[in-house]
Amino acid sequence: MARQVIKDIHLELRMFPRRVAVLVLMCVLLVGALVARMVHLQVIGHAHYSDLATDNRVRLSPIPPTRGLIYDRRGVLLADNLPAFNLEIVPEQVKDLPNLLGRLGEVIELSEDDIQRFERLRRRSPAYRSLPIKTNLSEAEVARFMVARHRFDGVSVQARLQRHYPFGARFAHLLGYVGRINERELRRVDARNYRATTHIGKTGIEKYYESLLHGTVGVREDEVNSHGRRIRVIRETPPRPGESLVLSVDARLQAVATAALAGRSGAVVALDPRNGEVLALVSEPDFDPNLFVNGISRRDYARLRDDRERPLFNRALRGQYPPGSTVKPIVALAGLEAGLITPERRMFAGPYYELPGGGRRFRDWLKGGHGWVDLDRAIVRSCDVYFYDLSYKLGIDRLHDIYGRFGLGRPTGVDLPGELGGLLPSREWKRRRHKQAWYPGETVILGIGQGYLLATPLQLATMTACIAMRGDCRRPHLLKARIASAVPSDTGQPRGWRVTLRDPRHWDVIIDAMRHVVSSPEGTGRRINDAPYSIAGKTGTAQVFSLKEDEEYEADKLARHMRDHAWFVGFAPVEDPRIAVAVIVEHAGHGGSVAAPVARRVMDAWLLGDGPAGGLVRTALPAAPARQEGRRP
Amino acid sequence: MNLDDSLGGPAQRGLLGWLRLDPPLLTGLLLLIALGLVVLYSASGQSEAVVIRQGIRIGLGLAVMLVFARLGVHKLYLWAPALYVTAFVLLVLVLVAGDTGKGAQRWLNLGFVRFQPAELMKLAMPLMLAFHFAERRLPPTWQDLALALGLVFAPVVLIFLQPDLGTALLIGWSGLVVIFAAGIRWRTILLTAVAALAAAPLLWHFMHDYQRRRVLNFLNPESDPLGAGYHLIQSKIAIGAGGLYGRGWLEGSQAQLKFLPERTTDFIFAVFGEEFGLVGVLALFALYLFITLRGLYIAVHAKDTFSRLLAASLSMTFFIYFFVNVGMVSGLLPVVGVPLPLVSYGGTSIVTLLAGFGMLMAIQNERRLVAK
Repeated sequence: MARQVIKDIHLELRMFPRRVAVLVLMCVLLVGALVARMVHLQVIGHAHYSDLATDNRVRLSPIPPTRGLIYDRRGVLLADNLPAFNLEIVPEQVKDLPNLLGRLGEVIELSEDDIQRFERLRRRSPAYRSLPIKTNLSEAEVARFMVARHRFDGVSVQARLQRHYPFGARFAHLLGYVGRINERELRRVDARNYRATTHIGKTGIEKYYESLLHGTVGVREDEVNSHGRRIRVIRETPPRPGESLVLSVDARLQAVATAALAGRSGAVVALDPRNGEVLALVSEPDFDPNLFVNGISRRDYARLRDDRERPLFNRALRGQYPPGSTVKPIVALAGLEAGLITPERRMFAGPYYELPGGGRRFRDWLKGGHGWVDLDRAIVRSCDVYFYDLSYKLGIDRLHDIYGRFGLGRPTGVDLPGELGGLLPSREWKRRRHKQAWYPGETVILGIGQGYLLATPLQLATMTACIAMRGDCRRPHLLKARIASAVPSDTGQPRGWRVTLRDPRHWDVIIDAMRHVVSSPEGTGRRINDAPYSIAGKTGTAQVFSLKEDEEYEADKLARHMRDHAWFVGFAPVEDPRIAVAVIVEHAGHGGSVAAPVARRVMDAWLLGDGPAGGLVRTALPAAPARQEGRRP
Repeated sequence: MNLDDSLGGPAQRGLLGWLRLDPPLLTGLLLLIALGLVVLYSASGQSEAVVIRQGIRIGLGLAVMLVFARLGVHKLYLWAPALYVTAFVLLVLVLVAGDTGKGAQRWLNLGFVRFQPAELMKLAMPLMLAFHFAERRLPPTWQDLALALGLVFAPVVLIFLQPDLGTALLIGWSGLVVIFAAGIRWRTILLTAVAALAAAPLLWHFMHDYQRRRVLNFLNPESDPLGAGYHLIQSKIAIGAGGLYGRGWLEGSQAQLKFLPERTTDFIFAVFGEEFGLVGVLALFALYLFITLRGLYIAVHAKDTFSRLLAASLSMTFFIYFFVNVGMVSGLLPVVGVPLPLVSYGGTSIVTLLAGFGMLMAIQNERRLVAK
């Protein structure tokens, strides 16, 4: 006790016993309170509690609600609950787990995967939870176990409803999947309501609408005998099943879009521009969500994780690519609105653009340049030099403004978790992010959708729908109706925003140009110009890396992962838009030759259809199950 | 020994004197432990295995108590800061890299043993706070007080985040007792209380809906008849059914038919109440009160500031353990997971508690080495 402070030892010695006296008084008072409580319970309330104890033959157990189903817009079931027999263990009731697993393995074959998966679940779950060691037992396995079950305390066969995705991988990125609930998730939800629940939505629709799909837990009151075994059920408050959901997607269209990508990595998003309904949302490659339902095996997961094409990555929602030339129509719109260009004004587009006052040269994708072009031709042939010049005149602020008005730079707000908002640069962003001023050269390439600008396929589909509706923009959404107790309820008006032009005729200018992209013999999208309806669209190329000024882009010589991504955005029919599509095919080269045919197949399927109803929207809810086969009047 | 005698110190001869154990305190503790084992045997459904395992734990605890009783108080004083810092670092570690057990991160896996740093903090907190005030002018200055509050609340917040509300409250309490015993002015206590009351609605305002729901559940567990509410309903029935004289050992239907959840651990008092009735309960209360008061007696007669504050804190922590557990089981207080000290089955808390009593005995041993 080295430090010496002048202590008033006498004051301290006087004070301390007084303080202890207060503590003693407190102890006595608190014990007094406890005694009063005990007298209240054991003397005054004795008769009452004694009766209760005698009658206490009631045990409560929670009953899990049935998870809501998910349908597509025509009533096709996308997420189902199937009965399954699972072999389950309550870790708390097992004394020697390794020994038990060994003995169990002699009765029912347990693979290394089964055991690993169980161990992983066990680490994440409370010990009182019944955890599956093996799912989907065969009848023979159930029988074998039932004969031997007296040897296995804490192990049981449980009949459970198990989530099943009949379409497997096709809706993986859209529906997501459910998985075993873990401690962290349990803390986020109302633990009371999840008392009997084993699974929770982990991604996609399953996660976003977890609260609707889950339902409300029920309670069963069992009468038990003196050994605690159940004699009869006294009362049951049944669980309220989760609401079933009807989505706006079309299973058939989803299939067509998946097939059209033909195994190439990429994404397709199709919207109904009139209301923002998502008709198809595909990201390839995909994965089988059924693998995740009862805990994915380590090997399966490693395979998905290490796949170079990243099947777990939702490109439609989270893939942020440079939009490339697909944004040229709205840049043109900004030019028209600002009075910088007119549809008639022509300019000579050489092989490159040079900033006024000299400096860096920006090359056109066409080596020799396009010659004399007006606005229409600039869009039709996707002339870069025209838009370099226009962007420079518009400047970063006006470009930022027009992109923002069409929804770039922020998540669309679709009802799926994890959506990214791309990147819409501005002077202020550059200063914050790079601590630098904005350079004019950056404006120039921003106008052809390169540079810092990034967008997701969903954002570009939304932008395209917005053009199709001449500024009546709809927020994309998937939920079409909720089915609570068999009465479908609509989800209310879709929300959106308006892009208002100074001169509404400017819409005609760019929509006509986009139509010519497909219909003109020199249009970049001419390859799909044989549809029985009219298409307006725009091709694009997303550069994976940028070329130096004197380099040539030669696809053949580049490694696949360095090649450009191909974009196509479009809508149809032009006069009465019913579908807007954005397609990206990764590392595939030209939008016109690769991405446009994918979009065309999706549009064909929707507008022409293969059935008599054509593509016309007809919603068949499960109340009136719709198997639309054969002709209908 | 001779020195002790010559100064008229704790003149226990024989084994107890040599072991430096305080006879009244030891008697009280052994009685309580014996009673605890008897109830545990009943509550566990007459499982000898459970009683033996508890016995081993108690044996370990008593050994630790012996060691601490023979340690000089001066050593405790010297170790206090290091122990506190170690416990604090471990608490941080457990949040970052702890094992999850029963829904909370409380355990640190050292490879050979899983370990709850909060248990270490239960000892480190009274030691550190007593250390803090030992050489300062008492009643404390504002600066000393602020520093003390920092020492109390930093680990409490960490434990609260695990989340382990019960332990956080207990450890916070053990520190606040020292501050109180150090003699802060009543005016300061009153002001702090008023400020805390004023802050409560503000805190409520900033809470998420689910957090509010949790607080409400906590304050009114009967709104959740499947969870904490079920525990409470069953434990109240058990205690009430015990009546004046109880249903007799091994005869409580609530416990024996397993209606009572956690009947060997946090809710073991309900088993006691059912089987031994009000008479048994009063005897049990008397035993707890006796142990606490003996501890406070040791505090008053201790030789220096450090010993006094430490003894007061250890005794009051033991008492509040008891009070919170019984209050919770009988529905007087909200349900926080606090075991009945020295009686509830399992946990490392028995060892920590007995280590604390070892410290009390060490203090008692040295009280008159510096006689007035």
